[in-house]
Amino acid sequence: MSHLLELRGVHTHIGAYHILHGVDLAVPRGQLTMLLGRNGAGKTTTLRTIMGLWRASRGTVHFGGQDITALNTPAIAGLNIAYVPENMGIFADLTVKENMLLAARKARNAGQMDTARLEWIFKLFPAVETFWNHPAGKLSGGQKQMVAVARAIIEPRDLLIVDEPSKGLAPAIVNNMIEAFGQLKQSGVTILLVEQNLHFAKRLGDSVAVMDNGRVVHAGRMADLAQDAALQQSLLGLAL
Amino acid sequence: MNARDFDWKPLALVPLLALATLPLVGSPSTWLTLTVAGLAMGMIIFIIASGLTLVFGLMDVLNFGHGVFIALGAFVATSVLGAMGDWTQSADLWRNLLAVLPAMVVAMLVAGAIGLAFERFIVRPVYGQHLKQILITMGGMIIGEELIKVIWGPAQIPLPLPEGMRGALLVGDAAIEKYRLIAMAVGLVVFGLLAWTLSRTKVGLLIRAGVQDREMVESLGYRIRRLFVGVFMVGSALAGLGGVMWGLYQQSVIPQMGAQVNVLIFIVIIIGGLGSTGGALIGALLVGLMANYTGFLVPKVALFSNIALMVAILLWRPQGVYPVANR
Repeated sequence: MSHLLELRGVHTHIGAYHILHGVDLAVPRGQLTMLLGRNGAGKTTTLRTIMGLWRASRGTVHFGGQDITALNTPAIAGLNIAYVPENMGIFADLTVKENMLLAARKARNAGQMDTARLEWIFKLFPAVETFWNHPAGKLSGGQKQMVAVARAIIEPRDLLIVDEPSKGLAPAIVNNMIEAFGQLKQSGVTILLVEQNLHFAKRLGDSVAVMDNGRVVHAGRMADLAQDAALQQSLLGLAL
Repeated sequence: MNARDFDWKPLALVPLLALATLPLVGSPSTWLTLTVAGLAMGMIIFIIASGLTLVFGLMDVLNFGHGVFIALGAFVATSVLGAMGDWTQSADLWRNLLAVLPAMVVAMLVAGAIGLAFERFIVRPVYGQHLKQILITMGGMIIGEELIKVIWGPAQIPLPLPEGMRGALLVGDAAIEKYRLIAMAVGLVVFGLLAWTLSRTKVGLLIRAGVQDREMVESLGYRIRRLFVGVFMVGSALAGLGGVMWGLYQQSVIPQMGAQVNVLIFIVIIIGGLGSTGGALIGALLVGLMANYTGFLVPKVALFSNIALMVAILLWRPQGVYPVANR
């Protein structure tokens, strides 16, 4: 199986703190990989290190066979990697349309955005169309999350990295989000998803990596982890 | 954003302040003269402050050296206008405008070019370090002032208004100085261009987004440092333009004029909300009006009045009148 993204022995320091202690992570091409772990395990730091927002102090990050460890964030994003941070990164003073236009790097104005893709996105996330001309900051948490994910896929991407898309959302919205990610999976994009919601992880994940204390302590198929209550208990402290 | 979502309260402060002073001033004609003078002064301050607020908003850079570009613009104008004596001494307003226009363009080009060097050699090494930014940019301004003295001399240089721009128009009993109307018109043109760029172009969209969350803009694949260099240059050029306008307003220039105006522009961008151009416009108009009204009514508190205004606004809205989201 070919891996689109590979982290080998990645260490990350934030100021005086040593957060990642040699992360080894492989994200298979065309699959949805769940990154699980308790709070403070290093999941968000791993994503930010991949994006170059924090620098790896040791180890390497390879994307599509290319070493991207030393690249800056815009160059990494330019390799067709989309990132949705934990806080969603919505530009609150901008309208939903303007948020989308910013992510459509090839479009200079809203008229130049790919209309067929927009129609597809509107079907995935109807709130994006409903609130198209509204300031994004006035939307609810669930609507903002939909805009954040929609923005990440406004142009075809090779890798979609999403940090806790279900965080703080009502169960009904979480189910909508699961359906949307299911459809995204079918489109063939590779996805790396950090989650705390184990129901979400079980429904969507193809492969899984579990982190603890800044390391990946388990990697394998999501289906295997979902069926092994003892392993879940030992890795995550609870059962799926 | 549609009109329903727009926050009108800060905008209403400008007419409210003007109307509140009408009974205090007493004479409507004096009040009108003071109001036009205040709005003209406010527009000039806005031209200067608009770049500074974007520079802070985009990269968290506290540029205390912004004032040097004001002085630079004004001194460049003395040279350009000095060389165009035939045009400035003509009573024909159009000939005067044709002299002032190149002075503005040259001042903006020189201030923009020096701004590029200032960003590269003074600001860039101290990104993310506020205390060092304050110290080094103030140092940069002192060096800039000394270089101005080397080139133009330490003495005050007169910058007389061209003939056709002198004098006043009579509106009823009120005398409205022509130059103040011109200053308001230039300010409105600058505001219109800035507002159009920020709201209708992709670069403007990037600037507005970068002011809110520069890390996310970079995560979308844009090199925000390049954008910042461009904004810094434009901000310096606008300060140069503001310097020409301010110099003509005062009809003289001194090397320290930038440092004098610096205090006002920092009050303006704090009132407006750091990073907000719309807020800077409101702040500049309020500061301009307040300075003129108090200068007439209670001259002894004129210097203090704008600081009192800033304190009052911050008690109402601690982040400024139009705080930038996510900051």
